[in-house]
Amino acid sequence: MRRDVKIRDMSRPDREPLTHVDNANLMPLPAPLETTAKDHAWTPLSARVKQQYETGLDDTCAVSVPQAKTPEEEKALVAKFLSGLDKLFTRENNWTFLEPLILTMEHCTRCQTCAESCHLYEASGHNELYRPIFRSEILRRLYFKHVKHGGFLSAWQHGEIELNWPMVARLIELSYRCNLCRRCAQTCPIGADNGLVTHELRKLFSQEMGIAPKEIHERGSMLQLKVGSSTGMTPEVVKDNIAFIDEDISARSGITVRTPWDVEGADVLLIHNAGEIMAWPENPGSFALLLTMAGVSWTMSSELAAYDSINYGVWYDDAQFARVALKHAEAARKLKVKKIVIGECGHAHKALSVIADRLLAGDLAIPRESSLVLLRDIVMSGKIRFDASRNQFPVTLHDPCNEVRLMGIVEPQREIVRLLCPQFREMEPHGVDNYCCGGGSGFAIMSGHNFPDWRFHVAGRKKLQQVLNAFADCIGPETPKYLCAPCSNCKGQLRDLLAYYDLWEQNRILYGGLAELIVNAAVDVKPGSLEWEWH
Amino acid sequence: MTIAAYLGIYLGFAIFVCASVYRAVQYARLPVHLRWDLYPVPHEEARRAAYGGSYFETTNWWTRPQKPNRIGELSVMVPEITFLKALWEFNRKLWYASYLFHGGLYITFGCAVLLILRALLAGASVHSPVFDITCRALGWVAVITTIAGSLALLWRRVRDPQLKNYTHRADLFNLIFFAMTYAVLGISFLTRPADASSTAAFVRGLLTFDTSVRVSAVLACGLLLASALLAYIPFTHMTHFIAKYFTYHTVRWDDRATVPGSDVAAKVQGYLAYKPTWSAPHVAADGKKTWAEIVTTNPPQEVRK
Repeated sequence: MRRDVKIRDMSRPDREPLTHVDNANLMPLPAPLETTAKDHAWTPLSARVKQQYETGLDDTCAVSVPQAKTPEEEKALVAKFLSGLDKLFTRENNWTFLEPLILTMEHCTRCQTCAESCHLYEASGHNELYRPIFRSEILRRLYFKHVKHGGFLSAWQHGEIELNWPMVARLIELSYRCNLCRRCAQTCPIGADNGLVTHELRKLFSQEMGIAPKEIHERGSMLQLKVGSSTGMTPEVVKDNIAFIDEDISARSGITVRTPWDVEGADVLLIHNAGEIMAWPENPGSFALLLTMAGVSWTMSSELAAYDSINYGVWYDDAQFARVALKHAEAARKLKVKKIVIGECGHAHKALSVIADRLLAGDLAIPRESSLVLLRDIVMSGKIRFDASRNQFPVTLHDPCNEVRLMGIVEPQREIVRLLCPQFREMEPHGVDNYCCGGGSGFAIMSGHNFPDWRFHVAGRKKLQQVLNAFADCIGPETPKYLCAPCSNCKGQLRDLLAYYDLWEQNRILYGGLAELIVNAAVDVKPGSLEWEWH
Repeated sequence: MTIAAYLGIYLGFAIFVCASVYRAVQYARLPVHLRWDLYPVPHEEARRAAYGGSYFETTNWWTRPQKPNRIGELSVMVPEITFLKALWEFNRKLWYASYLFHGGLYITFGCAVLLILRALLAGASVHSPVFDITCRALGWVAVITTIAGSLALLWRRVRDPQLKNYTHRADLFNLIFFAMTYAVLGISFLTRPADASSTAAFVRGLLTFDTSVRVSAVLACGLLLASALLAYIPFTHMTHFIAKYFTYHTVRWDDRATVPGSDVAAKVQGYLAYKPTWSAPHVAADGKKTWAEIVTTNPPQEVRK
């Protein structure tokens, strides 16, 4: 394995990957995955993929950038990159994040304090390519050379860099080797932010060069803006699906549930990640049941994009981000609701509550609240009776970065699980010091080529270690265990991760949302609503 | 020599102040960005700040006034500024070297303030043995710790592969510059002539432009180096003492909820009139449309029509 990657290697004209990730070098995992032999071999990229796409970074390919065919094409792409780089540092084009970006560019001392906080760097066995400042240092050198037009003195002060197409192509891929969890920024004594650098690079590639992974752009934000949801569900289809979910939860709980649609003047507009409706219907079903039982005045909206809380733009594109955020707020305004409540979806929480906050002016400034807060209030209100003994199994809680580190919602979900789950145990570390599940920033939905291999071996490894440690005292298959992840993307990643390592079949570790745990403990609901089945 | 030393210090100090202020003003004038909170935010209510919680945990949070907990903020800022707490917590190995270095600079600053106070309040002619001994002791501590810190950091930069790979020639130069300046100042004190003016007399002379004060060639050299160093700092990443205000207060900890009609809302309305030129087709920016127009269009649906 090549471990001495240098920044200058990024400009190497050959198309050989700069590094190979070897299972033997990865961070060790606890039982039952304590030996390398229990790990999976990586699926190598096919010759066709290597020939068709830029794959000169590492063992995988996330973005599928077509190879440039001629030197002229390469030159044009580099020129485009440079024009985007320039725009990234102008207020007209990037007022949205200019200040934190410039501060990070001009003040990182390269002290490496951030390195050990990064789960990717640690899990990869300290692979240089995944060091948080490796990517930032490239942008920093490009900034001083091409934006500030630094000459010899600048190179002496800020370092040399050679810009060519191989460098840009590798940088595109490298901008998709970071979960944007910002754990590194949390530890930086200066306040520099490598996560932000990744975010801004992705924006440059998308907004100027039109380059982004299909899963988050074409089949993500574009599809959502076109038909209403990245799942492809139109308003008619989503209503049908919800009606089916209502029927199902009514039958299973013994309580009649009917999701209200487009109710003007309701107190709450609930927006789920539509992925829940498709992949985990028990979650929106549980919400509908709990809101019905608690007598909350609520509605869902069938307006375009307003029945899908996802906002993938938050990971890679300001224009797409703002468009979707406005659609969410417009739907709330139209229905004259008192507040928007965001379902169990981390990035949707952060996008609409925090990042869109300064964009939603005037009558679009509808208050936004986390569903974790609403669920906590319902549980504590006394309107529903609970029997914690129904949740008599080990439960641990995953902290979605977007809800916790990036919004400070730490306790509401804990108040619930402490009350309703007698065998609750924390992962270490947890709360704002948590680790990303490895699916953050779009990775959970990116499965092109062999990217899942990287996602499980590297990105999800630290979380996997935490989960196994949390259940170390009951890791055997005789004890069913519940990994609670109140975030749709995290659940997607954890589902794939647990399946990859066969941890449901072999060790009975199930994953799921928070609302399902609450329903399972509700006395007036038929016992056994939580299905111990893999899905 | 005396005049050269005075002029060097005036110039170095003036450049330092002007360039630092200019840099701070440049940052302050940057557009208000979209929120980019990072928790823990210490000015949250003390109970919540303890575990990194925020007002988002409260039901109908927008109905309650945001009251920043300044004590909480200070309880994080003071240890960070004074003891470089984040480095202590997350990079202990580097903290020892870094704190020697920064501690030396803090002591230098303290010593300079004391000397100026003395010159302003009492006059150099007033004999104050306790004060002189304190200043001398502090001066030596500053010289020794700063040189030790610079050399320790230099060693780390050269020997530690983690740091070495990301060290630029300027980083080495900066540390050598510090070590050399303090070394020359230390030597000038050790080799000062018997009839040399006291440090207090020099500071008073500096403040009153008294050219009768005698400055040795070595001291003049040290002072000129220090002046050059002072003038150089604002042009490097070493202005992180300025940057930290912004990275902490206007980025990580800026959790102000936007209130319609507020100053922030008005500024953002202004930015929405900017005309971006991003050229990817889906953005649909042509240099004529404003941000507001761009984000209220829906290109995928327009294509569909």
